[in-house]
Order: sequence, then C-alpha cells, then structure tokens
Amino acid sequence: MPVFDTKDKSRYTSFTRRSLMLSGGMAAVFATLAGRLYQLQILNGDQYRTQAEDNRVNQRLIAPPRGRILDRFGVELANNRRNYRVLIVSEQATEGVEAALDVIGKVILLTDAQKKRVLNEVASNKKFVPVPVAENLTWEEFARINMHLPYLSGIQPDVGQTRAYPYGTELSHVLGYVAAVSVEDMQNSDDPLLSLPGFRIGKRGIEKAFDTQVRGTAGASRVEVNAYGRVIRELSREPGVPGQDVWLTIDCELQRFADQRLGTESAACCVLDAQTGDVLALSSTPGFDPNLFNVGITGEEWRTLTTDDHKPLTNKALSGAYPPGSTFKPAMALTAVQNNLPPDFSVNCSGGLTIGNHEFHCWKRGGHGRVDLQRGIAQSCDVFFYEVARFLGIDKMEAGARALGLGSATGIEIPGESGGFIPSAAWKEAHYGIPWQLGETLVTGIGQGYVLATPIQLATMAARIASGRAVTPRIAHMVGTTAQPRPLADPLPFSDTAFAAVREGMNAVCNGGGTASRWRITEPGFEMAGKTGTAQVRRITKEERATGVKNDASLPWKMRDHGLFVAFAPVAAPRYALSCIVEHGALGHPQVQMAHDILLFAQKRDPLKLRTAYPTNAAMVAPPRDWGGRG
Amino acid sequence: MTTRPYAAARRTLSLTDKLYEVNWGLVLLITIIACVGFAMLYSVAGGSLSPWASPQILRFILGFLVLVAVALVDVRVWMGLAYPAYLASLLLLVAVVVAGHVGLGAQRWITLGPLGLQPSELMKVSLVLALSRFLHGKSVEEVSKPLNLLLALAMIGIPAVFVVLQPNLGTTLIIAADGASLLFLAGLSWWWIAPALGAVAVAVPTAWQFVLHDYQKRRVLTFLDPESDALGAGWNITQAKIAIGSGGGVGKGFLQGTQSRLNFLPEKQTDFIFTNFAEEFGFVGCIALLVLFAVIIGYGIQIAMAARSQFGRLLAMGVTLNFFFYIMINAAMVMGLIPVVGIPMPLISYGGSAMLTVMFGFGLLMSVHVHRQVEIPRHSGGII
Repeated sequence: MPVFDTKDKSRYTSFTRRSLMLSGGMAAVFATLAGRLYQLQILNGDQYRTQAEDNRVNQRLIAPPRGRILDRFGVELANNRRNYRVLIVSEQATEGVEAALDVIGKVILLTDAQKKRVLNEVASNKKFVPVPVAENLTWEEFARINMHLPYLSGIQPDVGQTRAYPYGTELSHVLGYVAAVSVEDMQNSDDPLLSLPGFRIGKRGIEKAFDTQVRGTAGASRVEVNAYGRVIRELSREPGVPGQDVWLTIDCELQRFADQRLGTESAACCVLDAQTGDVLALSSTPGFDPNLFNVGITGEEWRTLTTDDHKPLTNKALSGAYPPGSTFKPAMALTAVQNNLPPDFSVNCSGGLTIGNHEFHCWKRGGHGRVDLQRGIAQSCDVFFYEVARFLGIDKMEAGARALGLGSATGIEIPGESGGFIPSAAWKEAHYGIPWQLGETLVTGIGQGYVLATPIQLATMAARIASGRAVTPRIAHMVGTTAQPRPLADPLPFSDTAFAAVREGMNAVCNGGGTASRWRITEPGFEMAGKTGTAQVRRITKEERATGVKNDASLPWKMRDHGLFVAFAPVAAPRYALSCIVEHGALGHPQVQMAHDILLFAQKRDPLKLRTAYPTNAAMVAPPRDWGGRG
Repeated sequence: MTTRPYAAARRTLSLTDKLYEVNWGLVLLITIIACVGFAMLYSVAGGSLSPWASPQILRFILGFLVLVAVALVDVRVWMGLAYPAYLASLLLLVAVVVAGHVGLGAQRWITLGPLGLQPSELMKVSLVLALSRFLHGKSVEEVSKPLNLLLALAMIGIPAVFVVLQPNLGTTLIIAADGASLLFLAGLSWWWIAPALGAVAVAVPTAWQFVLHDYQKRRVLTFLDPESDALGAGWNITQAKIAIGSGGGVGKGFLQGTQSRLNFLPEKQTDFIFTNFAEEFGFVGCIALLVLFAVIIGYGIQIAMAARSQFGRLLAMGVTLNFFFYIMINAAMVMGLIPVVGIPMPLISYGGSAMLTVMFGFGLLMSVHVHRQVEIPRHSGGII
C-alpha cells in the first residue's frame, strides 16, 4: 500500500472511486456494443446475409438464340444475325445518362428521338439494367465506339442477336414479325425472358403462333459484381435452351414468285398441295418489311403502313372475307349432283329469271341459251345456278358448302384467320326474325348475298374438289424434331360421279372455251382447271342496269368489283390447288393471269422434289384419286 | 516477480530491472490485436500484403520499439517533457490548419519526413501528459478553484478549437472527452460537473446550427435514417451494417468477406475495418476482440490504481480512456449507433499516426507501470 500525505490520500480515494465509476461506464459501453452485435449478427443475421448476397450477386438472363423458320427445303426464311449494339447502364454513367448520350452522339449518329427513348427506358428500369442506346450498328461504328470506350462511362458495347428476314416483304404475312414486349405480354406470361430489355417476341404470323417454341428457355448467368456493378467473375452459367426451328410447308421460291406476281395489286393468293393440304405459298400484297418492326419502326413508317388503302398490314389470304361470287358455283354444282340432280338437267338462259315481281339477272345480257351443268360452270351462267339453288334449297346448299370447308375457319396455324360465312334459314330467322326468302336462296347460289369466304377457304375448297378428300391447310411441318400430326384426310361425302362432273366443268372453264380459256395453260401435262368469279362491292341499281352496267374502268378503284379465281393443276392428276383474289381488280381478270403463271411455275419446279424434300410418312400422302377425267 | 520482489520499490532501477518490470502480458495482448489488424488489412486487399498490410507491420514494429523505449524512460522525465510536448503538438496543429495539405476535403495531415503525420493524433497523447502534469500538483479542493479550472479548460479548449477547424469532429470529441475525464478523475467538484453537463445539453443544438459543417450534418441526419438515402449519404452506414450483420454467428471465414472486398464499404482499410472483421469472424470473433480490448483496458485501470504518484495515475488512466474512446466511437459508428465520424479502430485500422501515437500511449502506460513505486512530490515538475 502506498504511503500518502493527507491531501494525497483524499485524492487517491477520490481517484479510485471515480475510476471505478468510469470503469462501470466503460463496461456499460462494452455491453451495449456486444448487445448491438448480437442484434445485428444473431437476430438479424439472415436478413443482412441476404442483402450481402444481393449486393454481391447479379443474376443476368441470357437470351437463347431464337429458332429459325425454314421452308420445306430448309431455306432460312427467318434467322438471326449479329447485332452490334451499344447499351447504357445508368448506374455506371458517372456523369449522368444525358451527358453520356451526348458523348456517344459525337461518335455515332443519334437522333433526338432515340435519346428521348433511351432516357424514358432508363427512367423505367432499375439503375443497373442495361438499356439499348443504338442497335444494328455497322462494324465501323461499333469499332469506333470500342475505340472511345475509355472515355465513355456506363457504356457497354455488346454483340447481340437480332431477327432477320432475308426475304423481307415477300414472306411478311406468313412469318409475321417480332417486336418489343408490351405490357399485356408481360401480364399474360411469367417467362422471365420477357423482362429482358430489348427482348423481342413474335407478334404476328408464324412468329406469334410458335413463339413459345421458337423462343427457347432463358439461360442465366450469376455474376459477382462489386459496388459499382462491375462484373468480377461469373459464378455459374446455365446456357438455357435454344429455340426450336420451325419447318414450314412453304416453298420459298414459289412463295416469292407468287408474291412478285401479285405485284402492287391489293391481292391474295394461296397455293396448297391438293392432296395433303400443305400450304406451299400464302401471299397477301402489299406486304411490309418485317425487319422494320424488329429494329423499331418509325412513326412515319407506321403511318404509311396504316393509312395505305391497300392495307399492307392485313393478311388478306386469311382474314379477308369476300363474297366468293361465281367461284362458289362448283360447290353448288357438286352438291346438286350429289343430291340427284337429273343428269340431263338443263336451263334456258335468257339473261334473267323473274321470281314474283323481282328479276334476277345473268351476268351476260341476252343470256346463254340452253345450258347444262358443264356449260353452266364453263360459262358461269347465273340463271343456271339460280335454278340449281332453287332445286337444292338453302339447307342442302349450306351443308354442301360446309363440307367443302367454307363457313368456318380452316384452323391454319397462323393466327387471325376469319371464318367466312355461309348463311342458313335458321341463322336468318334467329338473327333478323324474318323467314328465309327464295330470292336469298338464288343469290346465295351464285356466291353473293350473305356468303363470305376467305382465300384460304377457297383454296381448300379447290383442293377438296381436286382430291376428293377433306384436306385442311396446314403450314407447319415440323417444330424442332417433332413432326406435326397429320392424319390422312377423310374422303368427302360426295360421289365420284359428282366430283367427275364438277372437275370436268372446271376443266371446261379453262380448256373448254369457258370464262378463263384466254389464259389457259397450253403446255401439255400442265393444264389447269378452275373457276372465275366476280364479287360486287356495290349494288347495281335498276336505273343503271337499264342504261347499261357501268364499266369498271369508269369507276373509282374502291368501287370496282373484286376478281376471284380458284383452280387446280394438273388436270389429269391434281397436285396444286390455288385461290387468287385481286381486290377491285375484276377488269381484265388479272387474277386468272396470275393463277396461270403461278401454277405453271409451281409445276415446272420439279414436283417430285416437293414430295421428297423432308421425311414424310408415306401413308400421310394420299395417292391422287384417279377420277378418269381427260388426260 | 517472486525472484526479485522488491526491485520495483527501489528508487533507481537498472535497465534489466525495468525490462523485467515491463508487463509483457499486456504487450502480448497488444501484439495479438495488431496481428488481427494485419490479417484484416491482408483480407481487404483481396488476400495481399500490399498495399496495406506490410507497411502496417513495419509501423507496428516501429511502434513496438517506441513502446518499449518509452516504457524504460522514467515517468518523471515524461512529466518534465509534458509541457514542451504539448506546446510542440499545438504548434504542429496550428501549422496543419495553416499549411496542411488537403486530404478527403479536410486538413489533417502534415508531411514530416516520409510519414504523413496527423498532429491531432499527437495532441491526444500530449494533452493527457500535460493535463496529468498540471493536475498532479492540485489537491481535490484546488482542482475546483476557478483559476485552475480555467487554465485546464484552456489547455483542452485551444487544441480542440484547432482540431475542429481542420475540421475533424471525431478527434475533437476524443480530446474533449480525454480532458473532461482527467478533470473528473482529479476530483473536480460535482458543483462544476452538473452545470457543465447542462451546458452541453444547450451547446449541442447550438453547435448543430453554427459549428457543424454540411457534411457533418449530413452524416448525423443520415445516421438517424440511413435507409432514407441508401445509395447516397446513407450508403456507408447501410453497407457497414450489412457487412457486420451478414457475418452472423461465426462469420464467413477468413478472406471470405464479400462486402469490403467488392468495395461496397468505403474506407474499408481505415475507419470501417471492423466491419470486415465482423463479416469474416462473426459474433464470436467480435466478442473475442471486444474481450481482448476490455482486458487491455482492465490492465490500464489496474496500472493506474497501483501508481503511487497522482501524475502516474492520471497519465495511465488518461491513456487508457483515450484508447477506450477510440474503440467506443469507432465501433459504435460502424454499428450504426452513432453518426459517422472519422475515427479509426486503434491497432487495427490502417494508418501511421494512429498506430504510433497509440503505441506511444501504451509506452507511457507501461512507464507508469514500471515506475509505479516512484513517488513524485506534489510540487515537482519532473526531471528533464
């Protein structure tokens, strides 16, 4: 024990007491620190561990390559090409996104609209999400960006993949296009890929119909990032599953030929394999360039497409429902023969038929004279088919038309198909509350009135007449490695005699001095059989008929009649079925000339090739039914 | 001890006596904590001795030699050097404010040879020395006399003003706390203490209004609600808490911490190094480290109690409290208990000035221990 003087003793006592007080205070502080550590590390440890892991790990989705779309011979109709692009990560743009864009703007061309879009996208995305600034750069632009990279903060050059359609407009209505994911798309699907910036999904056509198969499954790369978002290393990588290829039944060359042949008309054309229903060509003009939608269509381009009166965005082959006009007559003839129309049934056409106080006109003023079934089809005599309609009645007519594929959607894989329309007495009663009238039966008999059909339905009808089987059109042959189910089409409920009679009539249309004989195929073995049609888009008034029906050429385009044609070829053993319609283009029958060229082209492309191009189950291909027509 | 029971009681000690009297257990504890520091600097550098661990090791070796050297010098000599050291530190402090070079927006450093020196660090030890000397001669009654109190407050206040001008709030707080503790230990009357506490209560809002810099205010506001600006000013504290909390019970393991290695923590090698330790060694490691610190502080208190001179007691306790304030402020700061102020974790954070002054302080503590039996008359000024 130290020795103290008195004053020091009191100091020592005070010092000791106060030291102990301070020690107590220090102990309390240490206890507090320990308690805080307990709180942070033991009580809330799991929560902070999750946050640390979230800090550390960034999950990045890897977009799988989109499956290709191929034609029946393996020609690439839609594929992927390298897309040199520039992304911006707002978190890493140290001087702000706007400043970064200004700097990039000096290296590559950036419009104000592009800048605005980037700023919008940046604002609506998380800070670390890369937003595309410019896509589809040339190699030179891309190289320039890379060279300036040290001065560009937050900028990521990237080689992505972009959808490419090598044939542009020629296949636009078949393939459709891919475009940015919309809000509804996001709501209707939980595929994480959709949230990937810049991701594209199918919006139309085959791209839409098979989108999920073509899209593939997202891969994921888990990367460790530091506080600035820089990737330190990749922790794991799942490559994802590439999208499946879709093989179409389309013959690319035929499709392109048909599309070019339709030219600038507002027209549609379907070519089917008459025996199997394979869609060989499906053309609707004008088309659009699907590549535009992929890279981002401009407002002006969009306005041009939507305001065009030729409706380039409408797939007329599937969704255009037209009065079939006289192309409906073979269906009526077939139904009539099946319903025991006397073999010697004939009508004397004097240019019209008066029922009650209403006169029903034939297209030919002055009439056709004596007309039997063959001549009725070949000359397209309206009066003959008024009588056929009167003979059948609307119920049998409806049943016959439906058996040939009219009146309901064919079920082709491409979305947006219209069902067309075949009226019935019951429908009218239910819809208007008025009983069906005989006059309506007569008008229906020549494909006017309520009847509506789409080009794909008319081609199906032609294929069914040609093959005698209930073929349905289909366009996808194989998805990935899975062949699409294709049952052999059932025989139709019409007798061989009925088919023979109608085919002979259609043969006569082209080769027997009928309405299409001017444009018949003259090369031996390639002859076609067909049926012309004209669909009125306006009512012809009594006064006009009195003064003479106005010539189409004197009318504005919108008022002119539609020209239609259905056909199959070759006549001896039908392989191809076709329908062709030119809107407001009945004058001079351009649709028949087109059909002539297209069918000839199709036949001259080795037909054997069509059958052997991809592996088919032999049983799936029905042998052409020999109907004993002229060879 | 048993072999030479009365050596320390002798008036004059030989060098070997002194070396024998050094509390090597305490030195070992200090070395262990310093080694923890090396390991952490190695870890935050991503498993590398450079750039922080190896200079820190060299500094510690230097500090170690300083500690032993200081311990061997008679405590009365340190008493004699107290005022000159205080004056020298004050001059350096003034110089730094006038001519110091700017680091982190604050003027704290002065280049002295190859070392960047922080005079404010020196000041902490110098102030403890000078106040201990001043208070050594004062009885309990004399301490509370207004003139003496005024002088003592001036000794504390003048450096505090210069440090706050740098501006360095953390060190100012420690200087004030060191000074106040010594006055308290010297027996300052409660009649002074109570009104002083009241004055502080008034001064805090005033200081907020007129004295604190914007960045200091922002730190306080951020502290009160760190998630309000989790990517801006609240970043430091949010990430520090994530680092500590994610360590959990036993930690992620040495070199396995992700928060500091991936730069989520700012100043990871200095003020926030404790978070990396907490992340890698967890609750168990943190408690062990706190226990080590507490044992060192316990040694310090024991040494103070055993000293026969008032100077020795005050000096030992002052040095110990200084060490404690460092730990308290740094730990509480990184755990989100108090606002972020720039105070390193002693012995562990990277930094030369702090290491050397802390080791110098431990040297003084050890000197008191070695010379605990030395009596110093009340009016002695020490020996020079």
